[in-house]
Amino acid sequence: MSKTMEPDLESPLRAHAGSARQEWKHPSDHWLRGFVLDNRASLGTLAVFIVMMAVFMVANPTVFTTWYLYSSVLTTLPVALFVVVPLVFVVTCGEIDLSFPATMGFASWVFALVVQAGYDPFLGIAAALVTGMLLGFLVGSLVVYGGLSSLIATLGMNFLLRGLIQIINEGKSMALTGLADSWAYKIFSSQVYGIPVQIFWAIAFVVLSAMLYNRHRFGAQVKVVGDNPDSAQQMGIDVKRVRVKVFVFVGIGAAIAGTFSVMINFTWWPTAGDGYLLPVLASVFVGGTPTWGGIGTVAGGAIGAVTVSFIQTGVVAAGLSGFYVQFFNGLIIILSLLGHKWNQARYR
Amino acid sequence: MAERIIELRDITKSYGQVYALGGVNLSVDRGEVVGLIGDNGAGKSTLIKILSGVVRPTSGDILVRDKPVNGWSAARSRDAGIETVFQDRALAVQQTIVRNIFMGRELTGFMGWLKVNKEIEEASRLMREIGFTSKVFTPHSIVGQLSGGERQGVAIARAIYKQAELIILDEPTTALSLTETAKVFHFVRQVRASGRSILFIGHNIHHVFDIADRFVVLDRGKVALTADRSAVKSAEELINFMEDVAHPGGLPGLREAGEAEQQAR
Repeated sequence: MSKTMEPDLESPLRAHAGSARQEWKHPSDHWLRGFVLDNRASLGTLAVFIVMMAVFMVANPTVFTTWYLYSSVLTTLPVALFVVVPLVFVVTCGEIDLSFPATMGFASWVFALVVQAGYDPFLGIAAALVTGMLLGFLVGSLVVYGGLSSLIATLGMNFLLRGLIQIINEGKSMALTGLADSWAYKIFSSQVYGIPVQIFWAIAFVVLSAMLYNRHRFGAQVKVVGDNPDSAQQMGIDVKRVRVKVFVFVGIGAAIAGTFSVMINFTWWPTAGDGYLLPVLASVFVGGTPTWGGIGTVAGGAIGAVTVSFIQTGVVAAGLSGFYVQFFNGLIIILSLLGHKWNQARYR
Repeated sequence: MAERIIELRDITKSYGQVYALGGVNLSVDRGEVVGLIGDNGAGKSTLIKILSGVVRPTSGDILVRDKPVNGWSAARSRDAGIETVFQDRALAVQQTIVRNIFMGRELTGFMGWLKVNKEIEEASRLMREIGFTSKVFTPHSIVGQLSGGERQGVAIARAIYKQAELIILDEPTTALSLTETAKVFHFVRQVRASGRSILFIGHNIHHVFDIADRFVVLDRGKVALTADRSAVKSAEELINFMEDVAHPGGLPGLREAGEAEQQAR
């Protein structure tokens, strides 16, 4: 029997041995085609953004050629970027985190307390980061080691933490007028040639995260865990640890976002971060990260955030009344999802 | 006597009240191909999961190169040079071939950054080495685009990277074409020739009979027979024995041979 099972394996392979290199040639070896294939989702998102902006510009050319419009978007956009990007990691890992608005509020509260007590804002930033990490670890541990559904558990934590902030502060905000003179403000939140500097910090964060996602062991393991957690475990990856890590990453992102939002307004509100929940989630999926886990795109998520933050400004600036904003929000989200469905092959 | 790669002593595994394994002794020496056979529900899968560290035994000892181990885990098992090609291949189908080959063992440099070019180089070499090359895929191809045989190739490439001492093949020929099966057999012989060991689990007793140096028959969580190749005349004899274990009454000769063999060990 074994004779029939053993075809001549050697000769066909040997015959091609000389062209072994050739065998690996692929259409994607051409750099442009490879680039397009590797970045389909984010390029699709970019296309959506460009089309949307083109429509706005045609509707109202004068407003869309003034710098003020872009400057105002660039002031608030960075705050969203700091949470959208870590959320791409969470969704890739097959989880979701709805607790980041409360984490933003909580971490920025710690920042505000430290600054109000007269300490250096840098110390406040460090304290906010530690708070964000601890809250992320708490939420992650609850989901992972408690074996809870991340959708429900993080929603619960969002209410719980926000409730805690409200109970202690009784709705009172904190004004931090001293911030404007500090070095931290100059470095993180001032303007250079009319451009808000926080956008540079946000871009740096996006680039670093994209590298983490594509070129680091952390990103590789996040993708594998989201794709097939059983296999990841069989291959010796500590699946639970990877999952907790992504929640900690969201905590860090939320802390940075919260701190930036306080520095922009010189004021901390007990509701800080609340308004970001839905736009940020929408940005992740508009950006082309699918809901089922295993794959995603950091660059796409960032472009998605830009798209979402331009919708509101754009609709109003294009001359439509504010009542149209929600309608267009929904329209862009649905069109993006349809586009991504058509644009991406699904293997599971 | 050949070096003993791994030994299981009196391993039991229970899920609540149900015993999947009730005291299994099994060992694999260097350079031998052990064929593990048994019916559905005999405990083969549980045994493999214990060997690969995915599941911890309820009781019993695991010895790697005659040294008892504690804190057995999947990572430990791989560190000890035991690689498993799981029946479902344990691949992440949305990831590239490279990412699958280096799953859980990424080639990293400074601060955990991936050595991307080195990984691609190694992946190409591995795939070429075992003959799973093709014009239509590259190390960057998504595993979900590959055929069953090609996926098996990726799983095997992952197992042979790092020169594993023992490779566990769980039903490696199930759902493969004849030529793909032949490739797997060819691979098994290559590994044995290089002085490494294989634990070959199969449903198809003819396949196992063709390839193994020693047979272990598992039945309802216990080892029913351990026999050297020389003690078994044909695959039919093994099949008859398995039927006999399942439905007692027949072939006493072979069973005595098996018992004598086990006592000798």
